[in-house]
Amino acid sequence: MAKADFEVPELKEYPEVPMYVEGAMAKSSPFVAKPDHNTPLGFPGELVDDWHAKTLEAMGDLLGKYRSFQVYLDSCVKCGACTDKCHYYLGTKDPKNMPVARQDLLRKVYRRYFTFAGKYFPKLVGAEDLTRETLDDWYSYFHQCSQCRRCSVFCPYGIDTAEISMAAREILDRIGYGQKYCNEIIAKVHKIGNNLGLPGPAILDTLEGLEEDVFDETGVEVKYPLDVKGADILLVTPSADFFAEPHVDGLIGYGKVFHECGVSWTLSTHASEAGNFGMFIGSYENMRRVSMRVREAALELGVKRIVFGECGHAWRVAYSFLNTLAGPFDFLDPNYPVPQHILEFTWDAIQQGKLNLDKSANDEMVLTFHDSCNVARASRMGDKPGGQFEIPRNVIKAVCNNYVDMDPDTTRERTFCCGGGGGLLTDDLMEIRVKGAKPRMEALNNVMQEQGVTHMAAICAICKSQFTKVLPYYGMDMDQIVSVHQLVSNAIVLTGQNSDDDEDQAEAEGAD
Amino acid sequence: MSFLTIAYALLFYFATAILVIGLARKMIIFYRAPAPLKIPTTPAPTTQTGVVMRLFREVVFFESLFKGAKWTWLFGWLFHFGLFLVTLRHLRYFQDPVWLPIELIQPFGIYAGFAMVAGLVGLIGRRILVDRVRYISAPSDFFMLGLLLLIGFSGLMMKFVSHTDIVAVKSFFLGLMTFSWSELPTDVVLLVHLFLVALLMIIFPISKLLHAPGLFFSPTRNQVDNPREQRHLAEWARKFEQ
Ligand code: SF4
Ligand code: SF4
Repeated sequence: MAKADFEVPELKEYPEVPMYVEGAMAKSSPFVAKPDHNTPLGFPGELVDDWHAKTLEAMGDLLGKYRSFQVYLDSCVKCGACTDKCHYYLGTKDPKNMPVARQDLLRKVYRRYFTFAGKYFPKLVGAEDLTRETLDDWYSYFHQCSQCRRCSVFCPYGIDTAEISMAAREILDRIGYGQKYCNEIIAKVHKIGNNLGLPGPAILDTLEGLEEDVFDETGVEVKYPLDVKGADILLVTPSADFFAEPHVDGLIGYGKVFHECGVSWTLSTHASEAGNFGMFIGSYENMRRVSMRVREAALELGVKRIVFGECGHAWRVAYSFLNTLAGPFDFLDPNYPVPQHILEFTWDAIQQGKLNLDKSANDEMVLTFHDSCNVARASRMGDKPGGQFEIPRNVIKAVCNNYVDMDPDTTRERTFCCGGGGGLLTDDLMEIRVKGAKPRMEALNNVMQEQGVTHMAAICAICKSQFTKVLPYYGMDMDQIVSVHQLVSNAIVLTGQNSDDDEDQAEAEGAD
Repeated sequence: MSFLTIAYALLFYFATAILVIGLARKMIIFYRAPAPLKIPTTPAPTTQTGVVMRLFREVVFFESLFKGAKWTWLFGWLFHFGLFLVTLRHLRYFQDPVWLPIELIQPFGIYAGFAMVAGLVGLIGRRILVDRVRYISAPSDFFMLGLLLLIGFSGLMMKFVSHTDIVAVKSFFLGLMTFSWSELPTDVVLLVHLFLVALLMIIFPISKLLHAPGLFFSPTRNQVDNPREQRHLAEWARKFEQ
């Protein structure tokens, strides 16, 4: 087990709702952004002197701009249905991690300054003055929300704490109290084009390496093209796919699928990142700026279609917001949805019999699937509601023989967050990440014990990175997490691929 | 005309004005605030009809609450459904002659009164007994439940313990509507009942009771899931388009 300077929660067979422990996570807050992280995003470099006035001004502005914010601040009845739904509450026992209590951190200030009852009867309705401590509380607890929206499923009014935490972060950013991890990354995207700050030559290098690897393994020249003008498809994928296991195995898979389908495709250095952290900080402007790169790349390369790789929040921004932020996309081929998810593409290809699949290639694994929050509760695939649950499962079942679902209370729209989403995937938040993963780990552990599951597939770069890091804390192995397209990649038999016999022969010849 | 009658008549005009104007104002604020991005909680309907069905299930069956908390759902639904029937039953005080459907509801209204009180007792019980719900409750949350409970209780009192002159009550309310006032009976229970109802009407638009209109304006529930097919641009965001 990995070393931890906090107590790693014990996994139970049956999920338990803990008794709350006040202040359990009060000390957890991420590093504060420095001026050079903030200013490229259009925010003040550091906490402004007149933060009190500026905070209220920003809140008033957002109330007029976002119906969700206004309606959700007014409508909560404190029914408590959401109190036991947040993985961070379940894992940390801190009552301020109950979705309604998290909202209330902001709501009590809203009440105090924007409502009749709060102005004249603050004690009665739980309204409180805005103080410096309030800001710190917001900073801590709105960075203990992964904006996973699980709470919104169960709320009778659909109150979405993610909307509140996005608004809170936007307000904090506007007074110069931003979070380092998110803002630094967005600044990198604005400057270099992707979250990891990989320059074009580094990407090219990686892709050439992949081509060689695939050729060595299969004897087929699968191309991983970059900046190819006139290609049909622009693939936009999280930069983690160029970088680390198991992400890169997914990228290999996308390439094989495109190759077998005989379509021309390309990646772009300009839009070398699918992720859009502008969403995490609730900044429409930054989200729009990041999205525009995809439009610009599509125009510059003259593609007909846009396909997104495996990334959860990237898919939310792509599916739900791209048309709004960077559209209209009337210059693309109207026969395809804009954008398309790689799984939609692959599932179509499988249904049309375009892929030659050998399921037994994945026989050493018993798989389960982790629904990523942003895909499950904030986007769709295919043309029917719930396609985002079916299509990934259909693809997995088409490429492997052993598949098991986790407890229905923890999958599909009830899925539990990996614990690292929403801009929390940073080492300074390790404790909340590990504790927040507990409900998912419990469900996984149960299917491992009872059904012999060995691996969990995911379609989100953040989930994959988070699990790789967190599994060891729970005594599991980081390799247990795989990309869905890694499974596809294993199972695809490319046209003209060396058979095992050829390989044996080649080896034998090599030995001579 | 007695002082009491005048006071109550004015109170009800005032309460009605606050309720109507306050709610209208808030709903205009809700309506005017744009929803710049599509954010329905999925799996969401892909058609407008589907959205209407989704809201119908939320309003009538409390679908999401059922998924979220069974006991709260049970008590909450009993209370709301009881209140709904009781309110319909009370319409007879405002109509002459009374419409047939309202006539037919009358006998059920009694049970509904008990359902409403039982539901409220359950909700208060949860608020006190469940530690998490206690943690998130403000005094106003208890106050609101207590207010409704007293309204229900005083109503049942008049039915079963100290009958009031309902013919006179009816002519009082009909008089209010036509501005030709008539005397209000002076039963204490009736006066308490009516005062609390007026109070409820007054605090409605400045309290969490706004959840009633709020549900219809909630973007996670009322949006069609079709962002790839239709562009969805808010007015304020248009200025970014060069
Ligand atoms: S959005 Fe997710 S992380 Fe945030 S409060 Fe709701 S359940 Fe918790
Ligand atoms: S479920 Fe909704 S209404 Fe109930 S306490 Fe939570 S946010 Fe408030």
